[in-house]
Amino acid sequence: MSKLNLRKTAFSVEEIFHEGGPVPAKPLRRAAALAIIENPFAGRYEPDIQWFMEDLKPLGLQMATRLVELLGGADQIEGYGKGAMIGEAGELEHGALWHAPGGYAMRELLNDSNAIVPSSKKVAGVGGRLDVPITHINASYVRSHFDSMEVGLNDAPKANEMALVLVMSTGPRIHDRAGGLAAKDIKGEDGLR
Amino acid sequence: MSAKIRKIAVNIEETHKEIGRDINPATRKAVAVAVIENPFAGTYREDLTELMEIGAELGAVLGRKCVEALGITPGQAESFGKSAMVGENGELEHAAAILHPKLGAPLRKEVEKGAALVPSSKKMGSPGQVLDVPLGHKDAAYVRSHFDGIEVRLNDAPRANEIMVAVAVTDSGRPSPRVGGLTHEDAEGKDGLR
Repeated sequence: MSKLNLRKTAFSVEEIFHEGGPVPAKPLRRAAALAIIENPFAGRYEPDIQWFMEDLKPLGLQMATRLVELLGGADQIEGYGKGAMIGEAGELEHGALWHAPGGYAMRELLNDSNAIVPSSKKVAGVGGRLDVPITHINASYVRSHFDSMEVGLNDAPKANEMALVLVMSTGPRIHDRAGGLAAKDIKGEDGLR
Repeated sequence: MSAKIRKIAVNIEETHKEIGRDINPATRKAVAVAVIENPFAGTYREDLTELMEIGAELGAVLGRKCVEALGITPGQAESFGKSAMVGENGELEHAAAILHPKLGAPLRKEVEKGAALVPSSKKMGSPGQVLDVPLGHKDAAYVRSHFDGIEVRLNDAPRANEIMVAVAVTDSGRPSPRVGGLTHEDAEGKDGLR
């Protein structure tokens, strides 16, 4: 993380006990990690930006490690997602630099994580909110695990910053009953089913 | 009767830089929020004892969540605050019943000492609205470096029949305090003020 200009980190953990229905034995837990960093490309068009992905790798790993700790260990994690908000002096493409370092950081720590990490990104002002999608870590079609988590901070991202986000969850939606592929039925080979 | 909790969320914020200057060690704030059923939604009740008891329960639960989230000992906590947002079928007095009579004492146990008044805010609201939790030094309300606040919101709360109850704890003041006044180091912490 040495090359990054990190202003702020924030972590959010939610425990959901019920949503008006029967209370399951195990609450659903979701956690998000946010890092507010300076956007090295703010204020200009820079053709060559891919080198920055290397700089982001240690940050991704640090954030993913913290999420795993917050949720009680890698064996607890069943869903994940990632996202980025780019301050107004940057461009959407800068957020795309987070795909590889953010996604692979989580998959490095989690066993049986063949599924693509779903993502969202946008350019936003200070106080912007981002809905980060969540899907099953090993089979994208598992319907019970389609979820999302809203994140944001009142003081970020400033114009020359980016807010990078990782999220993880420990299970299905709290009153999951919309059918589809169930987690117990997945093959876990192609990342889809 | 204890609180019917639908959801608990804990947020931690760590500030490493402010206006380009390193903040070392980083300032850290935590806020824990519980979404509970409002037992009096839609009705006027003269006696709010039940909500006061819920306040006592949540003062301990949420205070402990914050201290745990910061990874500190209770004695390392420096400031605190409390807030509530009541869904549209309740009334503002419900927030007062939760916050004021009984929440403070169990919260103080979780942060050790805590001679100062716990600063508070309350409002009516709806899912997604922002609740700003004021922060003040836990032992000496006049410590100027620790006047602060932390924002909390949940996209799905409070529903009409719910109340959001928040407790915030820090292990530090503002990132770059320089407006003078009583300092953390000089506070006596006996009368709750200085």
